Amino acid sequence: MIQTAPKPSEPEGIVAVRYPRASAGGVGANLTLGLFGALFATPLLWMLLSSVDSHAGWQVRIPDLTASNYTALFNRDEMRPLLNSFYLAAVATTVTTVMAVLSAYVLSRRHVPFKRVYLLFILFASGLPVTMAIVPTYQLFVTFGWLDSLFWTSIFLAASSLPFAIWLMKNFIDAVPGELEECASIEGASSARILLRIIVPLTIPGIGVTAIVTFINAWGAFLIPLVLNSNPDDTPGSVAVYNFLSAFTTPKFGQLAAYSLIFSLPVLVLYLVMARRLSGAFSFGGSLRG
Amino acid sequence: MQPMSSVAATETLAGERQDGARFEAGTLPYLVPATALMAVLFLGPIVYSLYLAFTNLQLAGPNAIHYQFTGLTNVHRLFQDTEFTTSTKLTVIFLVGSAIVGQTMLGMALALLMRRALSPLRIVVGAVIVLAWVLPEVTAAFVWYAFSQPGGTLGAVLHQPNTNYLQTIPMWMVCIANAWRNVAFSMLMFAAALRNLPTEVLEAAELEGAGIFRRMFNVVLPMMRGTIATNLLLVTLGNLSTFTLIWVLTQGGPGDATSILPVYMYLVSFSFSDLGYGSMIGLALITLGALFSVVYVYSLRARIA
Repeated sequence: MIQTAPKPSEPEGIVAVRYPRASAGGVGANLTLGLFGALFATPLLWMLLSSVDSHAGWQVRIPDLTASNYTALFNRDEMRPLLNSFYLAAVATTVTTVMAVLSAYVLSRRHVPFKRVYLLFILFASGLPVTMAIVPTYQLFVTFGWLDSLFWTSIFLAASSLPFAIWLMKNFIDAVPGELEECASIEGASSARILLRIIVPLTIPGIGVTAIVTFINAWGAFLIPLVLNSNPDDTPGSVAVYNFLSAFTTPKFGQLAAYSLIFSLPVLVLYLVMARRLSGAFSFGGSLRG
Repeated sequence: MQPMSSVAATETLAGERQDGARFEAGTLPYLVPATALMAVLFLGPIVYSLYLAFTNLQLAGPNAIHYQFTGLTNVHRLFQDTEFTTSTKLTVIFLVGSAIVGQTMLGMALALLMRRALSPLRIVVGAVIVLAWVLPEVTAAFVWYAFSQPGGTLGAVLHQPNTNYLQTIPMWMVCIANAWRNVAFSMLMFAAALRNLPTEVLEAAELEGAGIFRRMFNVVLPMMRGTIATNLLLVTLGNLSTFTLIWVLTQGGPGDATSILPVYMYLVSFSFSDLGYGSMIGLALITLGALFSVVYVYSLRARIA
């Protein structure tokens, strides 16, 4: 599901009000927070340490350093699901972003009949998780003959992130002052030209955020490809991690940890890129993955 | 300035005002692709479920092709299905445990703690919590699977190395894992709201001698009620559709101990191949989700120009 969120952490700001007597209460707060931090970090630590441990088990321990868990994974069979995930996420991101920019531009700048109703629907739809409609979607795909097609799966992922993407993009375009377009319009520029030459260049950070949010969602999607795509060659990384885990007879803890880590890496990198962008330029909206 | 009569004369000549908003055909090429895609693949399935939920459609077998309208049969079945009742109860437990206690209350506690903590600690702990949130759901489920297995870290810490916590306390583990993954969202939302509280009010309360709990319950929380309500709505919507995390951790088991509604819907549809009845469960979920979403839209209506 996708949700609007506050700006992803701006560390300096969290302490806006500093209480004058920080001593006794402060120590307690620091200890409690430290404890929470340790609790939160432990499961993650296991993944990181086991991935470089030649004798990894389920437990956090000092690793016997090795790179073999990673090197064992660099072959066609293991990398194919990551390529599939990339295909799914890339197609979904392209379709969603282009369509969101087009419609958000018109919704932000032009007169559209029933605009308010349309926007209310967009907001409503962005709050409604697709998981709930997966069964009728499956039957719809059967009817259209779209089942087991990586392309149509990605189009469905695009459709499911479109409402939030339009909402996000509209907010970004609303923030661009209108004078430039008026000048261009008086000079005789067409609306397509105004969009391409003025709006798009000015909202590149916003377009980037929209694209990254969509990509993160599609990359991590599990239920949708699980249901709509049962062709083993088309298995995306999320389902591959699950299969890896459930097909577990001989302990390959280290490889499993390494694989999940490789799978998660693109999302982490993209989030960092976005968080840096967001903290500078925009005050209203970060995002969530599904 | 023109005399009145002249303006009136011009208006009569020109007819209606021409500078009002009119339909522009030029906007269609921009709107049609997105609208069509959402109509077919977003609204389409929801509308389709209104029909499928009242049929005997199966995943395989004769009823996969020649399925038919069965009236209220699925509705009756829903009300007599003890597994559905159990699943609904489990969903409520999951919502209370994960959404209300796990995410909203813990998120608020963390946001408040962050304000009093030293900055290096705050940055490190904040980064870890956000990291858990950004990870793909499958990865989050997987690290919690490892954490709670026999021989896993949780067993080692609690000196019960042979216990499989997903077998002994499955609902607890699922709630904790989900809260672990999603608490960052509430924490960031509350941290932003706390930043925007007017300092004068807090200082005044402190000068008047209000203790920390008084300030909390009589000043801070009432001022944040809007944020808390929005957060509760969004978190509930998210939790109401949690599938991946539970599926990877327990597949709804052991037995039906963690089979909340989305998991039960999946099991009915794709394990017991009862797509018609599965659609009915889905429809119940969509209706519930739509109610929450309508309240959400209503609370934000002012932002729509």
